[in-house]
Amino acid sequence: MKLLVCISKVPDTTAKVAFTDGNTRYNENGVQFIINPYDEWYALVRALELKETLGGSVTVINVGKADNEQIIRKALALGADDAVRIDMDPADAWQVASQIAQYAKGGGFDIIFTGKETIDYNGGIVGGMLAELLDLPYVALAAKLDVDGTQLNIAQEMEGVKQLIKVSMPCVVSAQKGMAEARIPNMRGILASKSKPVQVIPASGDAAKSPVKVFVMPAEKQGCKMISAENPEELVQLLHNEAKVI
Amino acid sequence: MQLVLVELINGKCKKTALEAVAFAAKMGETTALALGTASADTLQALGAYGIGKVLHINNEKLNQVYSKAYTKAIAAAATHVGADTVILSHNSTGRMVAPRVAVRMEAALFAGVNELPGNDTIRKAVFSGKAFADLQMSTGKKVISLNPNSYKAVAGTGTASVESFSVDFADSDFDYAITGVEDEAGGHVPLPEAEIVVSGGRGLKGPEHWGIVEDLAKALGAATACSRPVADIGWRPHHEHVGQTGITIKPTLYIAVGISGAIQHLAGVNQSKVIVVINKDPEAPFFKAADYGIVGDAFEVLPRITEAVKKLHAGA
Ligand SMILES: Cc1cc2nc3c(=O)[nH]c(=O)nc-3n(C[C@H](O)[C@H](O)[C@H](O)COP(=O)(O)OP(=O)(O)OC[C@H]3O[C@@H](n4cnc5c(N)ncnc54)[C@H](O)[C@@H]3O)c2cc1C
Repeated sequence: MKLLVCISKVPDTTAKVAFTDGNTRYNENGVQFIINPYDEWYALVRALELKETLGGSVTVINVGKADNEQIIRKALALGADDAVRIDMDPADAWQVASQIAQYAKGGGFDIIFTGKETIDYNGGIVGGMLAELLDLPYVALAAKLDVDGTQLNIAQEMEGVKQLIKVSMPCVVSAQKGMAEARIPNMRGILASKSKPVQVIPASGDAAKSPVKVFVMPAEKQGCKMISAENPEELVQLLHNEAKVI
Repeated sequence: MQLVLVELINGKCKKTALEAVAFAAKMGETTALALGTASADTLQALGAYGIGKVLHINNEKLNQVYSKAYTKAIAAAATHVGADTVILSHNSTGRMVAPRVAVRMEAALFAGVNELPGNDTIRKAVFSGKAFADLQMSTGKKVISLNPNSYKAVAGTGTASVESFSVDFADSDFDYAITGVEDEAGGHVPLPEAEIVVSGGRGLKGPEHWGIVEDLAKALGAATACSRPVADIGWRPHHEHVGQTGITIKPTLYIAVGISGAIQHLAGVNQSKVIVVINKDPEAPFFKAADYGIVGDAFEVLPRITEAVKKLHAGA
């Protein structure tokens, strides 16, 4: 099987969220970056499992500048065979999707994986756009994926329901919790990753369509009103009469 | 002109669909597109949310979501009514369909929108709710998917006209087979759409203690949720896991019981309007993000709160 996994670079989940340049840019100062958890824990690991049981190869692809090399190496250390980096700093998901589509077109990939969404921009867009650009089926929000000959059996987790899907390859799948268990790279993987190929491709310019104008921090909470554990009934009164939410 | 997608479930409009309809109607003149089986009454009633005309593709195959077929239908309807803007919910359907529609229509996509703070500005939550981003609303074609629970649909009066609409579907527009659907909400409101959520953490010490959470949820008509470790150890199902790596929710009331309030958990819930924290540790970080707090033992406090809610609802 030929598998392609799209990976995004995001700030570590504990990183401080702050902005610079008049709130137009995320402040990367002192921030640790990681592979987007949905991409790494679920999409990449499931792709590696499929390769291990069925044979084939796993390629990871990232749209980003040279400092993304660090997260690409991590994906290689986890077991991806090779990597592609499209050299640009994307301003929206459309740019990411159109770049990846150009690479993937005619690449013969059986499954193209993305994560459900990134934990920084929370769009959940790239997979669906890729599918449309490549004219492939798209199964979003996959929580389980098994290969059955030339087809996939997928369980999608949606609002309140689990939906079972049968789809033919090639196709695009967005992965979420349930699909696999996160792995930690071992020493051998880390050593091997250093000599694995990373192909750098120049970007070929599709303009962004929905870039960020300015970031806004949420209003601070006004402080927490404490209610005595001796009298929890008061909470119900406050929620009813003061907050008016019940 | 704008086009809004009306999603149907068992012949009725979904709550998220009404939110999208009301949001769209407030933005400007809107035609609705309903896909699947519904009675004329149901669709005419969309007039109460500001819709003049509903295009209806009464094809029972569309009772389930096929992303390509939906995309074809939406793009054809947009052309038919001359719409340059398509609006739909950022629920699972929106996630499957909106990116395809945007590419097909060569439109800009604004996904997971919370509100429109200005005429030409779109606001969405980023960093899983730790901040917002304002995006420049393009003047050309656009697709906007609205976060669930971001806009309240209030019915006024009015009746919409319903026009039957059809599209030539090919077999290839149904490019996967839906082989089963399992209900996980047990007839309750699905978590992302719930107005009230009662959520439990590791402080509840084991799945056998979830009865007190469920009792309170039942009394409030709420959905239940949990922190990540609780889902990871298997005390609760994965789809209840809220937070930065689970689902992000936006209820009017979020009650957190025995949850410490780690940054990754807060990220998924801090867009809730009112947050209540019940924790026996006065130093729990969650209190800093809360509106109301009780420092106490959940096992003692929760049943009393449940009783008080029941009394309130009984009118006592
Ligand atoms: C990359 C990454 C992503 C993550 N994503 C998420 C996510 O999406 N969602 C998420 O929830 N977590 C996430 N986490 C985990 C997060 O960091 C915390 O570990 C987790 O939220 C803690 O869960 P908890 O509050 O249930 O448990 P704990 O931190 O163990 O807290 C239990 C709380 O219960 C209280 N308690 C104990 N007994 C009682 C009692 N009898 N009555 C009242 N209170 C009691 C304790 O005082 C304590 O505050 C993530 C972590 C990482 C590293």
